[in-house]
Amino acid sequence: MVSHRSLASRLLTLLAHIVLCAGAAFMVLPILWMAATSFKPATEVSIWPPRLLPDAPTLENYRGIFEDAPFGQFFVNSLSLSLIATVSVAVTSLVAGAVFAKYRFPGRQFLFMAILATAIVPFESYMIPLYLQLISLGWINTFQGILLPTLFMSFGIFLLRQHVSSAIPTELLEAGRVDGASEWWILARVIAPLSAPALSAIGIFAFIQAWAAFIWPLMVANEQSLFNMELGLTAFQFRFSTDYGKLMAGSVLSVLPMLVIFVILRRRIIESVALTGMKG
Amino acid sequence: MIARLADASRSWLHENFTRDNWRLLLFCYVALAPVLLLFGYVRAWPILKSFVLSFYKWELINPVRPFIGWLNYEMLLEDENFHLALKNTAVYSISTVMLSTLLALPLAIFLARKSRFSAIYQTLYFLPVITPMVPMSIAWKWIYDYNHGILNYLLSLVGLPSVAWLTDPDIALWALIIMGVWKMLGYSMILLLVGIRNIPSTYVEAAAIDGASGWRQFRFVTLPLLKPILLYVFVTSTINAFNVFTQVYVMTLGSQSAPGQAVRVIVFDIYQNAFQYFRMGYASAEAVMLTLIVLGFTLIQFRIARDKAGQDG
Repeated sequence: MVSHRSLASRLLTLLAHIVLCAGAAFMVLPILWMAATSFKPATEVSIWPPRLLPDAPTLENYRGIFEDAPFGQFFVNSLSLSLIATVSVAVTSLVAGAVFAKYRFPGRQFLFMAILATAIVPFESYMIPLYLQLISLGWINTFQGILLPTLFMSFGIFLLRQHVSSAIPTELLEAGRVDGASEWWILARVIAPLSAPALSAIGIFAFIQAWAAFIWPLMVANEQSLFNMELGLTAFQFRFSTDYGKLMAGSVLSVLPMLVIFVILRRRIIESVALTGMKG
Repeated sequence: MIARLADASRSWLHENFTRDNWRLLLFCYVALAPVLLLFGYVRAWPILKSFVLSFYKWELINPVRPFIGWLNYEMLLEDENFHLALKNTAVYSISTVMLSTLLALPLAIFLARKSRFSAIYQTLYFLPVITPMVPMSIAWKWIYDYNHGILNYLLSLVGLPSVAWLTDPDIALWALIIMGVWKMLGYSMILLLVGIRNIPSTYVEAAAIDGASGWRQFRFVTLPLLKPILLYVFVTSTINAFNVFTQVYVMTLGSQSAPGQAVRVIVFDIYQNAFQYFRMGYASAEAVMLTLIVLGFTLIQFRIARDKAGQDG
């Protein structure tokens, strides 16, 4: 009887693994298919019946896209936009989070609630007035214009406030003050190092989000020299809509940095999403 | 009375605003100033402004911009494009969220048990979450391709006819939903996994001692305790899904596989009204509707969470 049941439960586990493997294949296949297609010569791309792996793998598509469009420029743009956004989100989250967590001042509650409450309003629903403001600033079609909305993140401020108020004892700040340290010194030398885990979670998150930014650059950037990878790819797609070998090569270039980050920081990223709930 | 108040406030000031306190206060405001300026300029002001704009006939190319009251909203209620966008977005959101949560729940329960393979499965299922939307939309477009797509090939293997995944707007909506589930599943899985692992093992053990079988354990122990996080997953992913735009733009617009007919969703409609027809006021009214919908979902979540807290307390 006992062995009978264990056999049944083993079969059930096996079945579960089969289902899980099929599911995992479904999750990974689009990425694999994209990568495989990018290495296929033009003659093999639309061969029927389709084959996953190329017979004669080639880098021709990768060479081709750099000739057809300034993908190097797109890549550099994406990288600089994302890096600046990451640093800015980390710094603003740290400073505001720490001030909201450890200091008492008139307006504290109101300001914090305002920052938090507006976080649920989707960016898409206030991008029009923001765009009009950008016109009067003269920042349409500029690097700083594309960058602007990614520079701070409500959720980062919220997360850092939670972290600082729960994980850093106020006595530590007092000790610094007794030693004659300025508030800025305390912020940089006491609070910042102790907030490293929360800061890296929010930094990773800011980088991933800034890298994938699309609708705002689409509105603000008119010149190709300002396009990020996402915009460059879209424009490229409109011109070469059937050349899937090249399209997949460009797509791989856009996905690759995220995959590299994911491989290196897998645990941190999963934790950071569990923590932040993938919200702006 | 007034004198006493003044006295009280003076002594309060005296106690709280010594030289040191002034120094601290100054630090707070100086430190917050850049963040607040940014917040005001990039978020708070535009949100207020979008409400204001929605009451004007505000067109980029027309310098005369009269106040028209509720007219934009009245026109919106009769706008067939808006109706279609609302319907499509609702179908997309509800289907994507339901499907991905229903798939993520058993997945999370299975992966919550410590096993050798759990980490590998988590990684693979999570992978789509971090991939950017544009390249993956292009990849999915290639998968959905009518003549050379791998999906139609797989269908042909089991004897099914080819499907025009992206050409017919009705089917294209489902193509978007399939991709949406693919992208969202890992996110729901991770949140539910954390929720399940946070359930104190004493509850489950107690249920086991009472002789509760696997299903009853799930139904009467795990599920009720998981309800708050399940709700959180529902609300955040619904809000996310309501803002669907990028994949619609990339997959169904202006390319040979979709001759001009996009799947109309709310953000696409806003985008088109504002940046192709330059009707900023009208598009703002539509944006306000989007805000209200999202706000509605959030309030429902707070409401349920509060009722729940009330019951428990």
